[in-house]
Amino acid sequence: MNIIVAIKHIPSIADDLPVNGSNLDFDSVDFVLNEFDEQSIEQAVLVKEASGGTVTVVGVDLIGELDNVLHLALAKGADKAVKITADDPGADSHQQAGWLAEAIRDMSPDIVFTGVQASNDLDGQIGPMLAARLDLPYIGGVSSVDVVDGAATVNKEFAGGVGAKYAVSLPVVVGVQAASKPPRYAPISKVRQIAQTAAIGKVAPSGDGAGAGLAFKKMAPPVAAGHAKMFTGSPKEVAAQIVELLKGRGLA
Amino acid sequence: MSNDIFVITEHMDGKFSDVSFEMVGKAKELAAALGGQAVAVVLGGGVDVNGFASDSTIQVDDPALAQFNPEACGKVIEALAREKSPRLVLFGWTATGMDLAAWLSARLGQPCVAYVKGVSLDGGGLTVSSQVYGGKMVAEVAPQGDMAILAVLAGSFPVEAGQGSTAASQIASPVPLDGLKVKFVEAIKPAAGDVDITAQAKLVSIGRGIGGKENVELAEELAQALGGTVSASRPVVDAGWLPRTRQVGKSGLKVKPKLYLMLGISGAPEHLEGMKSAELIIAINTDKKAPIFNVAHYGATADLFEVAEAMLELL
Ligand SMILES: Cc1cc2nc3c(=O)[nH]c(=O)nc-3n(C[C@H](O)[C@H](O)[C@H](O)COP(=O)(O)OP(=O)(O)OC[C@H]3O[C@@H](n4cnc5c(N)ncnc54)[C@H](O)[C@@H]3O)c2cc1C
Ligand SMILES: Nc1ncnc2c1ncn2[C@@H]1O[C@H](COP(=O)(O)O)[C@@H](O)[C@H]1O
Repeated sequence: MNIIVAIKHIPSIADDLPVNGSNLDFDSVDFVLNEFDEQSIEQAVLVKEASGGTVTVVGVDLIGELDNVLHLALAKGADKAVKITADDPGADSHQQAGWLAEAIRDMSPDIVFTGVQASNDLDGQIGPMLAARLDLPYIGGVSSVDVVDGAATVNKEFAGGVGAKYAVSLPVVVGVQAASKPPRYAPISKVRQIAQTAAIGKVAPSGDGAGAGLAFKKMAPPVAAGHAKMFTGSPKEVAAQIVELLKGRGLA
Repeated sequence: MSNDIFVITEHMDGKFSDVSFEMVGKAKELAAALGGQAVAVVLGGGVDVNGFASDSTIQVDDPALAQFNPEACGKVIEALAREKSPRLVLFGWTATGMDLAAWLSARLGQPCVAYVKGVSLDGGGLTVSSQVYGGKMVAEVAPQGDMAILAVLAGSFPVEAGQGSTAASQIASPVPLDGLKVKFVEAIKPAAGDVDITAQAKLVSIGRGIGGKENVELAEELAQALGGTVSASRPVVDAGWLPRTRQVGKSGLKVKPKLYLMLGISGAPEHLEGMKSAELIIAINTDKKAPIFNVAHYGATADLFEVAEAMLELL
């Protein structure tokens, strides 16, 4: 079984996010693996372990540093890694989906995993767009996948523990919210070792290149309707002020 | 092309979600300005379809739409959009809308904006604001072309403006819905047995900042000292540090306690959906720019471990 996982490198939202013009200043932010892709890699590897096959991770290399997350994916159990050499940090979702769709079509996938979303972006999800372009069904918000005899059984989450089980004939594109088990940890030493030996396939971007049709006007931190009243001082002083507040309100 | 605005409503267990009404209210305002109609679209049955303030409501009922099925819904919505060419198609940015909005955008080659918090018209041009970077940034964009697909965050517009009594008309599915590759098998109900966090007056809620399973105990002790319970953000549950029953947010539970004390939660839009109407929100976070400080009533830029331990000594 040909299991494909599309993974994305995104600016870390734990950092300060400097703006340059109408977008982020990509030169001064750290790039990390999208958190939901860690879940989808795990789910793909679990499917491989249960049902056999190979796991290929693929990503659009937007800033020339995708190798780091590809190595991480290999350390977590993927078998092959491929990057699409776009080198364009400003590429929009439609363009990226187009390049990914062409590359993935050539891999004859049985099942394609994406993360349910990336926390950085604007015009939605690559997963559903990939499905639309590949003419495959898409099901997102998924928290477990089992493959038996050319069909997948997936659990989709709605909210509050409510969800539904679906049966889908392969091939399919699945948007992973969470793997059915917490993602395994890959020791740094293993990632380093893989970085030295792994061969990463390269594919040039191809396809119609159609863009998202969105004109960026501006990007800025939100204008907050309010701001928390901040307690200051040492942690002990902060704790004392919180406890005092709670006592004053009959909550402690 | 028309100036109509389609709202793809969503319902479960015989009830429409609030965001459906929010979108209908907003669609009415925009349609009036554009000289079009606000059209509520209902897929499937088993729900009272005559409660929207839309200009018209259409219901497509078919056995394939009895439960949410992304493939069946996608086909119907694509056919309707191709046939009627609305100016805007609105979805909720929800577990169901997320499967459909970007898909439709790729099928039709039309722009799509997700995480929408605001839509305005100036001189006929459309400006859409949306949250990006986990709520740390807001982007303003102008969709180009004749149609745009917007996926709206719940809580962005008032619910009341979309409530009314427009009588719906039923239509047959514009496309055949046989031979689907996706089949609904069964509903999954929440696990029972754990405490019900929606019934708790005081929650000590932990996020990824708690660092590991071994540190959950500190939060348990603090919750106990306050007479409350521990809840969490999604990553804490996905990592297996607490059960799913403790998750607050979009894909978790909605809570409204008297006290919501947050330790190491950044305040992503999906978390806020579950707790923003808590009576007293206090957030401890080492990042002074964490979005949660725009929502919490009180906060401190501090290490959660130091503050939690100091609080325990005082309680
Ligand atoms: C469809 C969908 C549904 C989702 N549903 C939910 C949901 O129901 N609930 C939910 O919570 N999320 C949900 N999410 C995930 C959501 O997008 C965020 O990823 C999540 O809320 C982030 O959790 P967090 O704040 O704990 O982690 P992070 O965003 O990583 O934040 C951790 C915070 O801890 C702070 N911190 C670190 N160390 C310390 C310390 N020692 N002391 C104090 N502070 C510290 C950091 O500064 C940071 O702000 C959903 C996502 C999607 C796509
Ligand atoms: N540039 C990319 N390369 C590979 N996969 C991507 C890329 N962008 C998005 N994806 C996939 O699509 C998912 C959703 O991302 P997004 O549509 O950007 O919110 C991610 O979790 C990835 O699986």
